[in-house]
Amino acid sequence: MSIVTVQLGQCGNQIGHEVFNAICSDVHGTHVLCSKKENESYNDACKERFFCEEESEVPVARAVLVDMEPKVISQTLSMATRSGYWKYDDRSHFCQKQGSGNNWANGYSVHGPKHKEVIMNLVQKEAEKCDRLGGFFTIMSMAGGTGSGLGAYVTQCLRDAFPTSFILNHVIWPYGTGEIIVQNYNSVLTLSHLYQSSDALLVHENDVIHKICAQLMNIKQISFRDVNQVIAHQLGSVFQPTYTAEGGLHYSRNPLGDLMETLVPHPEFKMLGLRNIPQMPENSLAYSTFSWPGLIKHLRQMLIANAKMEEGIDWQVRPPRLGSSIPSSYSTNKPLQFNTSIANLVILRGKDMHSVDLGSFRDPSLYTSWLNPQDAFNAWKTPRAFNKYEKSASLVSNSQFLLKPLDNVVGKAWNMFASKAYIHQYTKFGIEEEDFLDSFTALEQVISSYTIL
Amino acid sequence: MAQSVVVQGKGPWRPELLPAAPSPCLTCVSPSPLQWASAGTRWAAGSGTWRCGSTPPSTRSGGDGPDIYKGKICSLKARALLIDMEEGVVNEILQGPLRDVFDSKQLITDVSGSGNNWAVGHKLYGYQYRENIVEKLRKAAEHCDCLQCFFIIHSMGGGTGSGLGTFVLNLLEDEFPEVYRFVTSVYPSGEDDVITSPYNTVLAMKELNEHADCVLPIENESLFDIVNKIHQMINSGKLGSTVKQNSLVTSSAGSAKTVQEKPFDAMNNIVANLLLNLTSSARFEGSLNMDLNEISMNLVPFPRLHYLVSSLTPLCTLADVNVPSRRLDQMFSDAFSREHQLIQADPKHSLYLACALLVRGNVQVSDLRRNIERLKPSLHFVSWNQEGWKTGLCSVPPVGHSHSLLSLANNTCVKPTFIELKDRFMKLYKKKAHLHHYLHIDGMEQSCFSEAILSLSDLIEEYNELDATKGLS
Repeated sequence: MSIVTVQLGQCGNQIGHEVFNAICSDVHGTHVLCSKKENESYNDACKERFFCEEESEVPVARAVLVDMEPKVISQTLSMATRSGYWKYDDRSHFCQKQGSGNNWANGYSVHGPKHKEVIMNLVQKEAEKCDRLGGFFTIMSMAGGTGSGLGAYVTQCLRDAFPTSFILNHVIWPYGTGEIIVQNYNSVLTLSHLYQSSDALLVHENDVIHKICAQLMNIKQISFRDVNQVIAHQLGSVFQPTYTAEGGLHYSRNPLGDLMETLVPHPEFKMLGLRNIPQMPENSLAYSTFSWPGLIKHLRQMLIANAKMEEGIDWQVRPPRLGSSIPSSYSTNKPLQFNTSIANLVILRGKDMHSVDLGSFRDPSLYTSWLNPQDAFNAWKTPRAFNKYEKSASLVSNSQFLLKPLDNVVGKAWNMFASKAYIHQYTKFGIEEEDFLDSFTALEQVISSYTIL
Repeated sequence: MAQSVVVQGKGPWRPELLPAAPSPCLTCVSPSPLQWASAGTRWAAGSGTWRCGSTPPSTRSGGDGPDIYKGKICSLKARALLIDMEEGVVNEILQGPLRDVFDSKQLITDVSGSGNNWAVGHKLYGYQYRENIVEKLRKAAEHCDCLQCFFIIHSMGGGTGSGLGTFVLNLLEDEFPEVYRFVTSVYPSGEDDVITSPYNTVLAMKELNEHADCVLPIENESLFDIVNKIHQMINSGKLGSTVKQNSLVTSSAGSAKTVQEKPFDAMNNIVANLLLNLTSSARFEGSLNMDLNEISMNLVPFPRLHYLVSSLTPLCTLADVNVPSRRLDQMFSDAFSREHQLIQADPKHSLYLACALLVRGNVQVSDLRRNIERLKPSLHFVSWNQEGWKTGLCSVPPVGHSHSLLSLANNTCVKPTFIELKDRFMKLYKKKAHLHHYLHIDGMEQSCFSEAILSLSDLIEEYNELDATKGLS
C-alpha cells in the first residue's frame, strides 16, 4: 500500500524533501547488515510505499507540493532532481505568488476554498497512481499561514473526499521564541481544526530538535537544514518497512493503518510524540557500539520521565506502585513528572533485534487502566539496519509527552487574545472572535483529557 | 517636493526569469528606485542606490560601476509612478544614469509646485490630477502578475509629498482595497526651514493613521548622524585599507565624499537600503522567508498602531568574509542601539509591542536564536507579547557585505516624535499663524485642523496607555 505525502507551506516542503532524501539514501545504503534477500524485500516495500516507478529513470516520489509562494517549491523540485536518485513529479505541485502572510485566516478561509479544486485534483491524481492507497501523510508547520491555515483546510478536504482513508498530520511545533509573533494564534487554530479531521497528529518540536543538533550531533552553526535532516531521520525510522507481527513473513503493507490501530484507540487522544535513539554525528558512528538492553533501558526512561533526548534523562522518575486505585493526577501515588501513556509503539531496526527483551515496556504501571498492557504496547522490527545506524530504536507514544507544550501554547495564545491584539488581522479574512473561542474550548478539552490520565 | 508612488509587483525579479523577448514595461526592477525630497528643499537622485541594490545575483561578484549593469538595466523598467508638482527633480532624474529605467508615461508633473502647503497638494492638485493618477496606477497594476503592495515614498513637511502624497494614499485604498500600503515618510526636524511643516505633517498624519497599513518614519537628523559616523570611520582610518569603498552603504561614486558635498545623496541611500532589505526575502531564497504581507501581519497588533521604527546594520562592510561570531553578534547589538535607528528614538528604553529581524547572508537559525536570547533581557516587551519576535532568514547578502540585519520595531519610542510634532503644531495653531493660506483653498475648513490634531492626540494617548503597562509586566 502506498502513502501519498502532501507537503504544505515552506516548512512542509523543506522537510518533505529531506524525508524523501533520507528514505532514498537509506535504500541506497551499504551497511544494511542483513541478507541480500532481506534487503531486496525491504527496498521493494519501501519503493511501493513512497515511490512510483513510471517510465522515468529514477523513482518519483508520491507527493503533492503546495505553497502560496513559488520560491520554495521551485527550489525543492530542482534539488530533488539534482540528487540523481529520485525526483518529484513535475506536475504534482501547486503554488501562487503572494503567500499567506502568516495569517491562518488567509490560508484557511481565502486560499483554501479558492484553490480547493486544483489541489484536490492533484491529490486525486497521486492517489490514482497507487495500486492501493494506504493513506495520507501531510507535513506542515503550525506557526505560519499556509502550512497551518491552508493545511487545516486541505486536511478537511482530504477527510471529505476520502472518508475511509487514514490521515496522519505531521505537525511542526515552532520555537518557543522568535519565529512568528502570531504563532500561538495560528497554532491554536490549526490544532483545533486538525483534531476534527485528522486521525492522528505526529509532532516534532523545533526546540527539541535544535537541542539534539547542538548536544548530540555537535553541530556548531545549526541551520534549518540540519533541523530538518534530524526530523527526516526520525520520520524515516518510523515509516520505513518493518515486520509488525512476530514471525511475520512479509513486510507490513499498511503502515498508517497499523499505526492508528496500535496508538489511537480513542478519538479524544490523537497527539503522538516521537523519540529516536541513538542520534549522533555520522563520523562518530563507526566508533560506537550499542547494546539493545542499553537502548531499551534509555528509551523506556525517556518515556517515563518525558525526556526529549538521550542526554539529561531524569533517572529518579519511577512509575507509580501498582494497586493504587485513584487515577487522578492529584493522587499522591503518582509523582507529577511521571508520564502516563495510553499506548506505545517501539520500532527496532538492525542487528540481533530478535533477541530484544521488551518486557519493561509492557509494565502495566506505565499505562492508563483502560487498555490491556498487551494491547497498549506494540513492537515492530526489522533486521535491516536503518540509515547507517547498526541499531536504531524509535518510540512513537500516545502519552502526556505533549501536554506541557500544548498547555504552553494555549496559555500564551489566550494571554494575547485577552488583549485582543492582532485579532483584526484575522477578522479581516473571516475568522471571528467566536472561532477563536471555539478553538480554545476544543483544546482545553484535549488538555484536560490528557491531564487526568 | 518630489514624491513617488511605487507600485510593487511580484513579477519576475531576477534577470534569469525575464521573458524571452523582454518588452519595456513587463519586467520588474529590484528594487524600485527612490526619489526623495528632504524636509528642506534639497533633493537627490538616489543614483547611488542603483549600484548598491540592483545587483542581479549573477553579476554580483562583478561588483562595481554602473557599466556592467547597463545592458541589463536597459530592459528593465521600474514599476513606479513619479509625481511632483514642479519639474526640476523629475527632470534631473530623467537626464541622469537612471533615465532608461523610467518611462515618460509614468510621470505626473506640474510647474508651480505646492508652495509647502498641504491643502494645495491634497485638495487642489488632488482634485485636479485624480483621473490622471488613477489611470496611470491602473496601467502599472495591470502589468503585474500579482500585485502585492504599494510603497509610497514622500516627505511630510512640504506640500506635494505631504498633501498630494496622502491624497494618493486615499486613492489607493479606494481603488485597490486589498493591496497593502507601505508608506516611508520623512518627518521634518525641529529646525526645519519650512515654517508650516508642523501643519503639513499633522494634516498628513491623520491620513496615515487612517489609510496606511504600515508607516516607516524617517528623520533626516538620524540619517545625517549615520552618514557622519560612516565618514568619521573612514577618515579616522579605523577601517584602514580593508574597507571596500564601493560597498559602503553611502558611496555613490566610488570615493568617500566629505559630508558637505551632496549629503542627501548619501542619506537617501540609507533609506534605499532599508527598502532593499525589506524586500530581500521576497526576491531571494532563504530558509525562513519573510514576505511583506507578513510584516504587516506580525507587527501591527492594532490597526492604528502601525508606525515601525527601523534600523540597519552594518553600515559599512568588513572585508573579511569569514566573520567570526563576535562580529556577527555585534551586528545584532547594534541594531538595538540608539545610533542605528532611522528616527531619533531609543527603543531599548521604551516598550516593544513587536519586533521583526530580517537577516541576510550566511546566518543560521542558531545565530539568530542565540542573539535573541542574549538581547531579550535588556528589552521591555508588552505583557501580552513577551515573545514578540518575527524573524526571517534570507540567504543572499547585500552587495559587498557577508551579512546584514534589518530590524523593524513597533515600539512606543515613536511617541516623543509625535509629542514634539504636536507641540510645534500647537505653537503655530494657537496664534492662528499662516492658517489663511490653507483655509482659502476649496475644501479646507478649520475642522480639518481640529480633526487632524485630535487624531494625533488620540494616537499619542494609545501609546501612553501602553507605556503605563510597562511596569506591570
